[in-house]
Amino acid sequence: MRREPVLRVVGKLLIPYMLVFALYVQFHGDFSPGGGFQAGVITAAAIIFYALIFGLPAARRVVPEAVVEAMVALGVLIYMSVGFAGLALGGNYLDYFVLAHDPVHGQERGIFWVEIGVLVTVSGVMLKIFYVFAGRGRESGGG
Amino acid sequence: MMAATVLAIIVQRNLFSVVVLAGVYSFLMATVLVALDAVDVAMTEASVGAGISTVLLLGALYLCGGEEAKPLSRPWLPLVVTLVIVAALVYGTLGLPAFSDPQAPIHTHVVPRYLTQALAETGVPNVVTAVLASYRGYDTLGETVVVFTAGIGVIALLRRRRRGKEDGK
Repeated sequence: MRREPVLRVVGKLLIPYMLVFALYVQFHGDFSPGGGFQAGVITAAAIIFYALIFGLPAARRVVPEAVVEAMVALGVLIYMSVGFAGLALGGNYLDYFVLAHDPVHGQERGIFWVEIGVLVTVSGVMLKIFYVFAGRGRESGGG
Repeated sequence: MMAATVLAIIVQRNLFSVVVLAGVYSFLMATVLVALDAVDVAMTEASVGAGISTVLLLGALYLCGGEEAKPLSRPWLPLVVTLVIVAALVYGTLGLPAFSDPQAPIHTHVVPRYLTQALAETGVPNVVTAVLASYRGYDTLGETVVVFTAGIGVIALLRRRRRGKEDGK
């Protein structure tokens, strides 16, 4: 599939828009449908698309496996540290009211970081599962 | 249309068309969810059900071949068990409040507060996001941990096997 010029050109055209759309879904999730989970899946889908067209090694160069594995854990850590930030500032665990002077603003800030945590973990897990599957196929298929 | 898709999935012996039909089913399901005004869920269904899982199933198909094996024996016992469970579940749904009944407990407990106060309390116009990330923050944390655990499980299972294979060579 690597020699398909149509797929390569279309992929190169589409993938940036997919990533931008993922960011839109992420950060506009407050106002329209979407949020961390959907954005994470779309991000992972964009990179999987890239891997399907340009081959797994190319995708591994763009997003190395070590980064993906770190993302899996990092997202949960971001989420939990938002909770601990609430604790440190004098609220309960996952209390967002204390994160800023204005309670509503604190809520927005808390939701923002929590959604980022979800995004990072979800896209990391999806990508990692794809990498593992595709890597196995390569070994048993290519000898 | 969804029933036709399901029947086609059951009848088909070629696993490639089964995977594609499963994607079709997911998109139909997403359409149903849009019709029910659950746009967030529809988006998740379309991206996960039709997108990622189709790709993963195709990857699995590449590993294990495209034809479904013939069953060794007639699976009567599993069929009976499935039918009994289906009957029990359908019986259970009879106890639920009628669809879109405004007096259902779910509409009278905390939902009015979410719907009327969410914007003032969290500053987020999308109530789904407000409930997900703020009111139900613990639940979402749990979900994220579930996703994390699933990822770790897959890594642990498949990685070790791969390393074992390398040792075997």
